[in-house]
Amino acid sequence: MNHTPFIWAAYTVGTIVFLWCALAPLARKKTAFRDIRRLIQLEERSGDSNP
Amino acid sequence: MNTNIAVKDKPRKNALVMFIHKMGSPPWFYDFTGKLIPWFWLIFGVLTAWGLYLGLVKAPADYLQGESFRIMYIHVPSAWMSMLIYSSMAVMGFIALVWRVRMMEILAMSSAPVGAAFTLVALVTGSLWGRPTWGTYWVWDARLTSELVLLFLYLGVMGLHNAIDEPRKAARAACLLALVGAVNLPIIHYSVKWWNTLHQGSSISITGGSNIDPSMLWPLLIMAIAVKFYYVANLLTRARVRLLEQDLRKGWVRNLVRERIK
Repeated sequence: MNHTPFIWAAYTVGTIVFLWCALAPLARKKTAFRDIRRLIQLEERSGDSNP
Repeated sequence: MNTNIAVKDKPRKNALVMFIHKMGSPPWFYDFTGKLIPWFWLIFGVLTAWGLYLGLVKAPADYLQGESFRIMYIHVPSAWMSMLIYSSMAVMGFIALVWRVRMMEILAMSSAPVGAAFTLVALVTGSLWGRPTWGTYWVWDARLTSELVLLFLYLGVMGLHNAIDEPRKAARAACLLALVGAVNLPIIHYSVKWWNTLHQGSSISITGGSNIDPSMLWPLLIMAIAVKFYYVANLLTRARVRLLEQDLRKGWVRNLVRERIK
């Protein structure tokens, strides 16, 4: 039996799972920063309009 | 005179205790870990490249299993990490429940997805290793089944945490589940001794040495260290994001974002 496809499949699955696991929090961080920035801008605008 | 005596008698705080206290402060934790994470990723990258080069290129084929043994360099470290991460999650969960330490709740909950990823990789790569060596992708033997239960426990902890809206209540409930699920860890470890399994017994033990040839063993040990750096880097990244999300309305997060806007 040729073992090479099993080795390739194992390392491909591992790479995809570990990459996804490492990149997912970075995407969440980006979203969190964007939300906080919007919140600050909204508050600053409402502060300007209420003298 | 009296003042000098009072200063002298004041108990000095241990450096480690001071460090733990500082780690409990969200702004300090965010700033400190932000400096560490790139170094952990760098060490992980270097060790992984070195370990995989030795394991996949330099190590000779196994006399019995042929080339398929090379799956060991991803399967075994992942399986070890799946149990180590669950243990650390249970310990952090215990500290969070007993002493109500918020940072421990965050760290425990940030561990769960990383642990689930390692468990998934251990199961899939084990299955791919099983086909050429045992002739089957899956058998319901004690080791494989208890490892699958571990994956469900991780998913259960994550699901319970996401199901409750209030973050601290959610973390406490999930920490309790993590703690209860720790009973599965000795079952996984001793499954190959307690039951007659298709999965082989341990080839390496801390006390009894190893029966693997050094040319195959060293890459495995390097990979085992590399994945620990992956875990810590990933855990700290996730914990920082959770802190941002939870402290959305707090001053330190606002200042951080304002500095970025400038």
